[in-house]
Amino acid sequence: MKQELQNKLSRQGVLLTSVEELYNWGRKNSLWPLQFGLACCAIEMIAASMARFDMARFGAEVFRPSPRQADLLIVSGTVTKKMAPQVVRLYNQMPEPKYVIAMGACAICGGPFRDGYNVLRGIDLYLPVDIYIPGCPPRPEALLDGLIALQKKIAAQSLTGPGRPRHLRADAPGEYPVPQFGAHDLVGPRLPAAPETPDAHS
Amino acid sequence: MNANAWMFLALFAAAAAAFGLAPLALAWLWARSFSPRKPGAVKNAVYECGLDGQPTGWVQFKFEYYLYGIIFLIFDVETIFLLPFAVACKGLSLGACLAMLIFILLLVEGLAWAWAKGVLAWK
Repeated sequence: MKQELQNKLSRQGVLLTSVEELYNWGRKNSLWPLQFGLACCAIEMIAASMARFDMARFGAEVFRPSPRQADLLIVSGTVTKKMAPQVVRLYNQMPEPKYVIAMGACAICGGPFRDGYNVLRGIDLYLPVDIYIPGCPPRPEALLDGLIALQKKIAAQSLTGPGRPRHLRADAPGEYPVPQFGAHDLVGPRLPAAPETPDAHS
Repeated sequence: MNANAWMFLALFAAAAAAFGLAPLALAWLWARSFSPRKPGAVKNAVYECGLDGQPTGWVQFKFEYYLYGIIFLIFDVETIFLLPFAVACKGLSLGACLAMLIFILLLVEGLAWAWAKGVLAWK
């Protein structure tokens, strides 16, 4: 038996560990993405869901046209400042637990259009991104790789303790502030920059 | 013997109910013990396409046309029955004629009611 698992068993007990395993197994194999494309990355996302790349192998082929039925937001492409409030609103309307994949350079940081007056410099200014997939656009394999990475991330989450995911904490916010249109730019609170990229959005 | 014969049906019914209710109960228990509810204004919004709903869904709406439309439809369909009745009138028995007259009477009564209610007057 692995030392890690042994530690976990002694800390939580057999029952909770098994329930957690079952819960995470169910969550990671039934990620229903929102049917929502923003730019050219969406074409790759569509290709990933079709027969050649077949996202169905990972339980994620059920693209839902309503945020009420989806739990994975794939931000697939350039987020313009005009579109950003809609993206955040869609995310807010998804039920917990929910995840965000920033697909492609634009969704991560604005990509080649970063200096454009109307391009958001990364969706992580407003949404908590779980997985970043670089590329311009990323190939469907890269999206599948990102999906598998997300599944691994979900499988490693625990049900209890301070490190438990956001949707299990009563004090964590259920909604993220929707940016508003200001005179020249989006206004409203932003998320703090990720620690590994302290200067990313200045 | 008879009671035993029906017992398996009761068992099946109980099992079927449990099969349906157990997942709901489990989900409810799960939500209570692990996953707190987090409703919010945006999350509970009626419109779910990313855009804000228009100010209100409650608008004043003139429905008179629909009453007109429904009454027209009824009498339009009545003519479909009247035409073959008129063609075959001579050869029909008394009973068939009476049945048709009752049918027409019912519709005339409806028309009189609508008239009395003022539906036919466009306000």
